[in-house]
Amino acid sequence: MNIKSNLASLTIGLAAIGSAGMGLASSMSITVGMQLEPPNLDPTGGAAAAIDEVVYANIFEGLTRFTADGSIRSALAHSWDISDDGTVYTFHLQSSVSFHDGTAFDADDVKFSLDRARGEDSTNAQKALFQGIADIEVVDPHTVKIMLSGPDGNFLTKMAWGDAVIVAPESIDSIKTNPVGTGPFVFSEWVQGDRVEIERNPNYWGDPVHLDSATFKFISDPTAAFSAVMAGDVDAFPNFPSTETLSQFEADPRFAVIVGSTEGETILSTNNKSGILSDVRMRKAIAHAINRQDIIDGAMFGYGTPIGTHFAPHNPDYLDLTGKSEHDPDLSRQLLEEVGYDGSALRLMLPPPAYARRGGEIIADQLRSVGVASEISNLEWSQWLEQVFRNKDYDLTIVSHTEPNDINIYARPEYYFQYDNPEFQALMGTYGVTTDAGDRRALAHELQTMIAEDYVNGFLFQLAKTGVANAKIRNLWPNSPTQANDLTEVSWAD
Amino acid sequence: MFRYLALRFASLCLSLLVASIVIFAIVEIIPGDPASYMLGLNAAPDTVAALKEELGLTGSALSRYVDWTTGMLVGDFGTSYTYRVPVSELVVARLFISLPLAIYALILSTAIAFPVGLIAAARRGTATDFGIMGATQLGIALPNFWFAMLLVVVFAVGLRWFSAGGFPGWDEGIAAGLKSLTLPAIALALPQASILARVMRSALLETLSMDYVRTARAKGLSRRQAVVGHALRNALIPVLTIIGLQFSFLLAGAIIIENVFFLPGLGRLIFQGITQRDLVVVESVVMLLVFAVVTVNFLVDIAYAAVDPRLRIRS
Repeated sequence: MNIKSNLASLTIGLAAIGSAGMGLASSMSITVGMQLEPPNLDPTGGAAAAIDEVVYANIFEGLTRFTADGSIRSALAHSWDISDDGTVYTFHLQSSVSFHDGTAFDADDVKFSLDRARGEDSTNAQKALFQGIADIEVVDPHTVKIMLSGPDGNFLTKMAWGDAVIVAPESIDSIKTNPVGTGPFVFSEWVQGDRVEIERNPNYWGDPVHLDSATFKFISDPTAAFSAVMAGDVDAFPNFPSTETLSQFEADPRFAVIVGSTEGETILSTNNKSGILSDVRMRKAIAHAINRQDIIDGAMFGYGTPIGTHFAPHNPDYLDLTGKSEHDPDLSRQLLEEVGYDGSALRLMLPPPAYARRGGEIIADQLRSVGVASEISNLEWSQWLEQVFRNKDYDLTIVSHTEPNDINIYARPEYYFQYDNPEFQALMGTYGVTTDAGDRRALAHELQTMIAEDYVNGFLFQLAKTGVANAKIRNLWPNSPTQANDLTEVSWAD
Repeated sequence: MFRYLALRFASLCLSLLVASIVIFAIVEIIPGDPASYMLGLNAAPDTVAALKEELGLTGSALSRYVDWTTGMLVGDFGTSYTYRVPVSELVVARLFISLPLAIYALILSTAIAFPVGLIAAARRGTATDFGIMGATQLGIALPNFWFAMLLVVVFAVGLRWFSAGGFPGWDEGIAAGLKSLTLPAIALALPQASILARVMRSALLETLSMDYVRTARAKGLSRRQAVVGHALRNALIPVLTIIGLQFSFLLAGAIIIENVFFLPGLGRLIFQGITQRDLVVVESVVMLLVFAVVTVNFLVDIAYAAVDPRLRIRS
């Protein structure tokens, strides 16, 4: 594969020099491995991370976008003005942008996309992103004004999500199987069950990409993923499922192991309304029974950062609160006695990912050592969604919450861990409408501290992103500020 | 004869009806709702309701059953919840991989089993026979997914003669397609060949002890001529029965091998359908497989009747 693609690039490169005299644009393709296949290719109509991992930034673009370090920068909107009260955002759009089917992009498309996402029969998985929008006004073809019902310090971030990308009314009916966006790559083929292929968009409005084409290949089995990378069938596997084999790749000069962070706070979710767990002392006892490093080492092969609250450690507003729940079995036993725990088993329900299944066994063992009994059941995702997430029929579960900046879920009393604290909800309300960076940080600290001191959930670790790639590939995203495989800057070293 | 056929046909229809009820009922019982699976953790309840409406999941179980079965009668297998394309399209695309793979594996397994079984029977009790019996015992005992991984490690990762898996598509050429199916076909064929070789050997041994073989030898045929000319043909009946069984197993039972080689075949489609709660795909594909098996049985029944006059008279 290496030799072949190098030869191919050499001949194509030579041809380019010969024909047009511009040999700088390197001509290459890349095959990216993914564990899950996207169910469809509409990022505005489903929650599956795999959709964004194919289309985000490559095919579809929003008004703003996430960059590799998680900051927000302009995309289809080149600039914006915010009214003094923070409720009116005027976006100035890029001109001369067209969709892949040749239709022009303008302010009407923005209005159409956002109205569709917040509409009554919308099937957008992140409808809450658009809740604050009161009205959208098309000022002229390149200017759109968005009126919010209240100030929202997070609005530009919300518009960067994959669920908020701009789509066109002309191509919306077939978006699920034939996505038409404005991005630097054009969708070319989807062989269901096997791969999605995209090609460079020759009419892209921004900087052209380095790659000619890219293939996303779906390999669900971890062992098969290992073989595919080793055999050179796949050039990069950004979320590599076989963590235990990473050391083998590290030792091999043909490959680079890429370790980064994600937005995934992995927590021992606790049903705050289930029996004895409604007592904060019981939850505190569980928190002190947990040894985070043992879980990271045992379940994640050492990859992961301990957290003490529901906030990403790489976020500048993160507060290290791991000390509030450090491993202290004696304190744990003492609390259990205080609360009068009778030894009845807690139902620990584990979804399929390795962090949950492996982590669950370690946690069960740690709980046992302080005298807390637990009963493990392994659930499939669909069962988990129904029984744990929807019906709240569980005591403990382990899940990684991968949405960025999602501490607001603690302000939803009906959310599956059923934390109902009016004080937190009021504080969250203030946080949502605060735009000053300093004030926001102070509030963020307060929010993080409150849930840590209420021991709402067992806060375990920030999920690491561990990937493997051919050592010659440049500029793959090391981190996951959002779930994406942004190929816009990816290239091959010579 | 007509009565026999009519009875067989009625039993075919009844089997299909019962199968459709069982399949539908099981899929109904499986916990998990496709709409909430697709929308994930942050979806608002009204969004889930809107999607359920869109997917047609809101009617009563009876009306959905009637829609499903009457649709199938006119060739409409419904639309996949997740992929949003007709199920029939998905199935046809997958069959272009599963069917050639099954045939490829069957040819390999037969090509190995026939000579091996023949040699073992002809040299009964010798070291060759013991060697073959031991090897086929091992072939049956080895899990095929483990053998598949071994093939990948040696021929894809080590020697790089083959890809570790995947399927380029038939439009890349027949050679490229067959090449990518070679390792999976070998992995599938090995245990089947072992079983077949043993069946072949014992069937041959049985016919070899028949009077007509002794007569053939007595009239001066060599051992080889007697085996090939007389014993082999009669030994083929049980062997063909096993081959028939193996084919339906290979078509539907390659789920694990398809996972090891990440081939987008029929087995993977069912597997994905179950985990993603794409229930309409699961129902329709399982129903199609039932249809295939029942139809093959029906044809075999007819063939029996054609071969064996006693069956016709008795019915």
